[in-house]
Amino acid sequence: MSDLLVLAETDGAQTLPGTQPLLGFAQRYAAETGADFDVLLLGGTEIGVEAEAYRQFGARRVVVAASPDLQHPTADRAAAVCEAVMRQTGCQSLAGLSSSFGRDVLPRVAARRDLPMLSDVMRLEKTGDGLIFQRPMYAGSLIATVRIEGEDGVFSVRGTAFGPPESVEKTSEVEAFDVATITLPGGVTWISLEAGANKRPDLTMASVVVSGGRPLRDAETFERLLGGLADRLGGAVGATRAAVDSGIAPNELQVGQTGKTVAPQLYIAAGVSGSIQHLAGMKDSKVIVAINNDPDAPIFEVADYGMVADLNDVIPQLMDRLN
Amino acid sequence: MKILVAIKRVPDPYSKIRLDADGQIDESDFTWVINPFDEIALEEAVRLRERGHTVEIVAVGIGDAEWEAQLKTALAMGADRAILVLDDEPADPGSVSELLAAVFRREQPDLVLMGKQATDDDYNQTAQRLAALLELSQATFASALEVSGDEKRATVTREVDAGRETLEVSLPAIITADLRLNEPRYVALPAILKARSKPLERLPASELGARKAAGVAIIKMEAPPRRSAGRRVQDVDELAGLIRAAAGRS
Repeated sequence: MSDLLVLAETDGAQTLPGTQPLLGFAQRYAAETGADFDVLLLGGTEIGVEAEAYRQFGARRVVVAASPDLQHPTADRAAAVCEAVMRQTGCQSLAGLSSSFGRDVLPRVAARRDLPMLSDVMRLEKTGDGLIFQRPMYAGSLIATVRIEGEDGVFSVRGTAFGPPESVEKTSEVEAFDVATITLPGGVTWISLEAGANKRPDLTMASVVVSGGRPLRDAETFERLLGGLADRLGGAVGATRAAVDSGIAPNELQVGQTGKTVAPQLYIAAGVSGSIQHLAGMKDSKVIVAINNDPDAPIFEVADYGMVADLNDVIPQLMDRLN
Repeated sequence: MKILVAIKRVPDPYSKIRLDADGQIDESDFTWVINPFDEIALEEAVRLRERGHTVEIVAVGIGDAEWEAQLKTALAMGADRAILVLDDEPADPGSVSELLAAVFRREQPDLVLMGKQATDDDYNQTAQRLAALLELSQATFASALEVSGDEKRATVTREVDAGRETLEVSLPAIITADLRLNEPRYVALPAILKARSKPLERLPASELGARKAAGVAIIKMEAPPRRSAGRRVQDVDELAGLIRAAAGRS
């Protein structure tokens, strides 16, 4: 397999915690294939200050692509930069996080370079037949073991499936990529981002997630009960699709096939029936606790501890005891 | 304006997915439907018409003759005509996007709408690949879409990990539908009957001259390890203790 460029997870202003498991994947890839990897920090003019923090993970180079035109990195521009940096570094393969950013950017690069791409990579392993990967299909109802045709590929990596990178002694070179040498596409104008209050840990990285469905009734109850319990455990809050659809919770909290994938130490599902689409996003959690007043709810089939009860009674009592 | 809507045929997402003795997906009990996200994309095209845009909607599918059923449903939902690119090859996003690019060049639409991912292989790649092949702008994961009066630009609200992002894209562009863009309409019998007279073109994939992209080989599929149900807890004090232990707080 060819050398790998790793597109650090970024919002343009700074790199994001999801970069850690991505580097874990890159170290694994390098160990299994003997190939090198480079890390690309892409964003606005300040993104370069982070280069130092990425020199200790065994990358051959840390490449900085900083430009005011990448402050809000839209997919067309980020893909153009990835493509040019792959040329500059000689990396023929590319990996990023399976996040809304990675999913947006990576397939564009795959098409431009005519590469096969694997989405949501959960595992990689070298075998007698070469490097094989595992990825979910049908909302996680099946796990496919796959191989790409050729030596080069694009990979979106499921953050919950890889641990953080190990530090190594040798420090990486830092190299600048001069964004002015390429023509950035101009067909997309970034207008705004409406982000929720960011007072809790990142949902995909949190070690405790407290999640709820439509029985939470309204946004105020959702925040008071689930937010209250999450805060007592230093956790993040998640939601079902039904809760988001009915306006009880914002979209960035949705866990499931089409939302975020989480695998915390502890997942508390309150008023969550447990559709296959929701289970797809959380069933790799270490311990699952379910609270539901329907004793036949499918969530109990995956829960380590289940309580059949009204969440409006139980959660305040739990908050009391966990104070 | 002309809108191309890409349609994929998938098993009903609530179907039970099982493997047969040979490790292949057992399709015997499947009900086949339009990929739910593509259905939302099509609904949005119809709503653009209802909001006053003069719209021609062309639904396109790539698959075998069985796909006609889903394209007929698309016609009943409001597409004006449909194209079935006849192709028996397994659909991977690389080759499908090459075929869609060829259809795009033939049709020259102002906008392509499609689902953000298909609920069978969950790849989430085809639209982005198509945009790159055509060197067009893209806006994925749309939860709101507005086309300007002159039909040269679209404003798209996207559901992203951080919240809701708004972009403006110049047309033509590729836009993918997320869950909350709309709720597709129920198709009534008169619409189904009326759709029978709408054109459905069958086009052999070989006539499009598209390249075959480098692909992915599936070695095997298997069911994930099953979690077994744990135990029921009756007492809140006990549950609090279990939660405290699992969270690493003693």
